[in-house]
Amino acid sequence: MRIFDPHIHMTSRTTDDYQAMYDAGVRALVEPSFWLGQPRTSPASFFDYFDALLGWEPFRASQYGIAHHCTLALNPKEANDPRCTPVLDALPRYLVKDSVVAVGEIGYDSMTPAEDHALAAQLQLAADHGLPALVHTPHRDKLAGLHRTIDVIRESNLPPEFVLLDHLNETTVKAATDSGCWAGFSIYPDTKMDEDRMVTILRNHGTEKILVNSAADWGKSDPLKTRKVADAMLKAGCPEDDVDQVLWRNPVAFYGQSGRLHLDTPAPDALHEGNSILRGGE
Amino acid sequence: MLRSRKELDAELDGAARAWLDEALAEAAHAATEDVTAEASPYASPPWELRYAAAGRHCGPAHADSVRSLLLIEARAPLSSVTRLYEQGTAAERRAVLLTLHRLALDSTALPLVEDALRANDTRLVAAAVGPYAAAHLDPHAWRHAVLKCLFTGVPLTAVARLDERARGDAELARMLSDFAAERTAAGRDVPADLRTALTLTEIAPAAPTEES
Repeated sequence: MRIFDPHIHMTSRTTDDYQAMYDAGVRALVEPSFWLGQPRTSPASFFDYFDALLGWEPFRASQYGIAHHCTLALNPKEANDPRCTPVLDALPRYLVKDSVVAVGEIGYDSMTPAEDHALAAQLQLAADHGLPALVHTPHRDKLAGLHRTIDVIRESNLPPEFVLLDHLNETTVKAATDSGCWAGFSIYPDTKMDEDRMVTILRNHGTEKILVNSAADWGKSDPLKTRKVADAMLKAGCPEDDVDQVLWRNPVAFYGQSGRLHLDTPAPDALHEGNSILRGGE
Repeated sequence: MLRSRKELDAELDGAARAWLDEALAEAAHAATEDVTAEASPYASPPWELRYAAAGRHCGPAHADSVRSLLLIEARAPLSSVTRLYEQGTAAERRAVLLTLHRLALDSTALPLVEDALRANDTRLVAAAVGPYAAAHLDPHAWRHAVLKCLFTGVPLTAVARLDERARGDAELARMLSDFAAERTAAGRDVPADLRTALTLTEIAPAAPTEES
């Protein structure tokens, strides 16, 4: 089984996670830039983070046979902090990098005027760079936030097929799919969505333009949720081809619109010698 | 291995060749311009954007070569080289490191090499120990670079002028022997490259060097 996790924050995960993900079938992932839990106080702090997503983290992933790409943006929460907003001016320089496959995560957190500005500006940046956008839907006041998000997307120069609306659930799936955007579902241990609810949504809405991710980060989360959804789908009688579509072909098709996906990562065995993650050529 | 312009022309398709022609023309133009002030701290000349996009226009296998040609064509000054390195992806940083010795930088770009040698990304470590490092690293830093290669599994074939600089270097010999003893104590293999380097240190220097 081949799995593409279209949304996972590997910076916050260990090498054990990389190994377990590889063993579960994960061969590619996209790491969106996001909030780190601790507020940043300057654009330079973002730049070091972006550099890590373009340098060290792909190297770590490659040691475990996993292709790493990223999405870069000023996240919705920190779009409200004037110390951080100059990041918007520097983004064009980062969006031309080879492994950047979308602008993201963008969207709403508390639906403020500053978030309106950052969302519209970054949808325009995506359009300017021929990139898709990963748009997070807010954790609070989700349905209202989704409607407002879709309105802003409609007013933008980015076509809906270049937009992935993420963190959806039963209450937001219809509005999201009606908009013509791609629909992403984050499967968490206790919150947001679980595997069985996901299977029901796939039964009701089909497998087209639907993506499933673990969104694993520094919080309580599980980097193997993609595999667990695949297993739940098979257990519920879904054909293997549907599993492949949702967990591989759909993310490849969505992020492939960037023209920057490279999925031919060598097997990890070939790299074990010289593996500096293993602290000295173990 | 970096390819020449001629070799690239033979391997690239029409669209990639046309893109490379334009990119090199922009770089050549930058070489003749005297850029004294910039409008914004984030602004950059067009060829630097080409530098970032090289992989997807000419293929990942040719990205190093294309980026290297751009740096040479632009006669990249220290300010550009530093910006491209500091704001670059790992692949972009590698191309800077591989080209330093072909730019008129003297030893001014050493901080970039030192930065790469602090990294744990073996692609950067390997690119940092090329001809530029051989020419400019002081003996202490150079010895640590050799040791870091052994420690992280970068083959010593990556180290430029290894035989010349290792020859008669008693301090390097001591460091290599200590490292071998540490590996042996841990019940681990001693890298074959270490023996090779140790042998090189045993050859007497041909003539007095500045290090002696």
